[in-house]
Amino acid sequence: MSEFKPTILAFCCNWCSYAGADLAGVSRLQMPPNVHVIRVMCSAAVKPEYAFKALSEGIDGVLVLGCHIGDCHYLTGNHRTKKRFPVAQRILKDVGIDERRLRLDWVSAAEGEKFQQVITEFVSDIKKIGPNPLREVKM
Amino acid sequence: MPRIGVFICHCGHNIASAVDVEKVAEFAKTLPDVVVAAHNMYSCSEEGLGAIRKSIEDNKLDRVIVAACTPRTHEPLFRRNCERAGVNKYLFEFVNIREHVSWIHAKEPEAATEKAKMLVAMGVAKAALLQPQEEMESGVIPVAVVIGGGISGLVATSTLVSQGIETHLIEREPQLGGVLKEIAVIGPEMKKTKELLDSIVKEIKSSPKAHIHLSSRMTDLSGFVGNFEITITGADKCAEKVKAGTVIVATGGREWSPQGEFGYGKMPGVITQLELERKLAKGDVPDSAAFIQCVGARVPGREYCSRFCCNASIKNAIRIIEAKPDAQVTVLHRDIMSYGTAAEKAYRDAAEKGVRFMRYGLESLPKVEMAGDELHVDVYDETLDDIVGMSVDNVVLAVPMVPIENVKDLAMMLKVPVDKLGFFLEAHVKLRPVEFATEGVFICGTARWPSSVSECIAQGLAAAAKASIPIRMGKVKIEPITAYSDPEKCIACGNCVQACPYQAIEIVTSKEGRKYAQVTEAKCKGCGNCVAACHNDAMQQKGFNTTQLSAMIDALIKNALEVAE
Repeated sequence: MSEFKPTILAFCCNWCSYAGADLAGVSRLQMPPNVHVIRVMCSAAVKPEYAFKALSEGIDGVLVLGCHIGDCHYLTGNHRTKKRFPVAQRILKDVGIDERRLRLDWVSAAEGEKFQQVITEFVSDIKKIGPNPLREVKM
Repeated sequence: MPRIGVFICHCGHNIASAVDVEKVAEFAKTLPDVVVAAHNMYSCSEEGLGAIRKSIEDNKLDRVIVAACTPRTHEPLFRRNCERAGVNKYLFEFVNIREHVSWIHAKEPEAATEKAKMLVAMGVAKAALLQPQEEMESGVIPVAVVIGGGISGLVATSTLVSQGIETHLIEREPQLGGVLKEIAVIGPEMKKTKELLDSIVKEIKSSPKAHIHLSSRMTDLSGFVGNFEITITGADKCAEKVKAGTVIVATGGREWSPQGEFGYGKMPGVITQLELERKLAKGDVPDSAAFIQCVGARVPGREYCSRFCCNASIKNAIRIIEAKPDAQVTVLHRDIMSYGTAAEKAYRDAAEKGVRFMRYGLESLPKVEMAGDELHVDVYDETLDDIVGMSVDNVVLAVPMVPIENVKDLAMMLKVPVDKLGFFLEAHVKLRPVEFATEGVFICGTARWPSSVSECIAQGLAAAAKASIPIRMGKVKIEPITAYSDPEKCIACGNCVQACPYQAIEIVTSKEGRKYAQVTEAKCKGCGNCVAACHNDAMQQKGFNTTQLSAMIDALIKNALEVAE
């Protein structure tokens, strides 16, 4: 069997995390090439349904990245994200999907290194968890 | 059916060195609704933009995708280009394959190319569902805030107030002037600092439009271009809230403190450049001095050149020798960085006046020791191939400028990036200097990079000019990314009303007596919080609606998972 190359989706808020990802790029910080970023304006605009959809159709992991608590560009958006995603993880667990496939974290515009660290860690975690079994179901 | 054109940028070698752009373009041609896919050396060049416009015309494109750098810097340029070719600018979609691909997967060309293909597929899927949008306008509070009262901030403030713009200047110290107030004269013209600072401060103080906040800090910032709210906290812990249209960051830097290099802290005669400036300002001139350049600079961890230190040493060497013509003054350097006509002349003048310049290498650093009561310096001279010794009153360490402390806290508050050393990163060095990617926030002076006084002044002027544009225009264009609801789907549960941080949504009753959520567009800031709160898919955000984002996820699933089998 060939080496498992996870396919991962990440939602980055425009103001902090997307800018942090850009900074990682400008700083030429190297990281695994498995993560595909979708830009949204705020982490609290990410519907848990997107994560459910991705994970139930075979994506190996979903990352949601936002501004640090207290730094949300939209005042309190990330407070909602913070409340919402543990519930989403609980739902995943209840339906038999490893909840570690969904991770929430905070990356500021000044934290290129943190972005690199979160991506590297998450890819490594997903590699340990293994391929999403629902991918085969779908095929 | 949409007619999509995809343009993949080489960005010279920046993208093409890791991503096989031709392969990505070939792949793009296989995607649904893609009529044409091409690759350009530099999509943002006039040639690249022209090629895109021609392709729009030739192929009757109604959707345009550029896969290049980050939308945070170049999106406005490509949107305008679409508009010039008659395509609504919100039918443009940007795919980031530089910051998010080639630069971070530089050594994995195959994987980088695959990832670029996936991101292009996701972009195409979204683009097919984009709708044309009209921009809205929003008012601008005609007030500016300048953070930092050093030379850059002072120049920016005086420029703003001279235009009649109300300006708040926030300085953390009890006095204005920053690092410069400790320096008596500015080289190479030997201009008296006090005269320069006094004239600018006088201009500011004489303006009724200026509000100076000394011993104060910005402790909070919220809002957007045109409508920021800033909390200024003074030494008495009293917080004052001010509203402003634009913000200029001019927080400067500080002299790096040597960590015991060349006996600093142990041998009393070993001082930093700024300590020498203070001595000279008091008229305390040493009989002999050895300057050591690049102390703590151009070394691992601090690889950069601060660029002012050579000129500062040349200036002070001249001051010493002019005050005491018999003084023995030596400058020990790795290379002399005296760029420009005036500074280069000062370098030659210094040599003619008797200042000795000697080169040292990193492999043979000068040795500083106490010989009895005297400071003694030994340095290996390349041309003599021998050790040259000298006894001096002072060893002056030319150390670099480093960012201020707590710069990350400030960066987080402003939501702007800093580099790994802690200097602020502007949006683009050539396309958008002195601007941050965050609209309405500007940067000047040493907070951006160690700068000479004349550079600080030029940047202060530039930042003030940029910051005054929205204020002078009186309005800013607001991206049409506001929320809207579908009354047919809405069940008036009110979740979106609660989720909205701006009280922009209310439940209204239609003529038919049906209750539904309605968005007041002027109040909506486009965060999308209400969209995620809606259980019925009734609430949507322009440019980020649920069908668009779902299509992106589908595209990744289809292309990444099925191809991999």
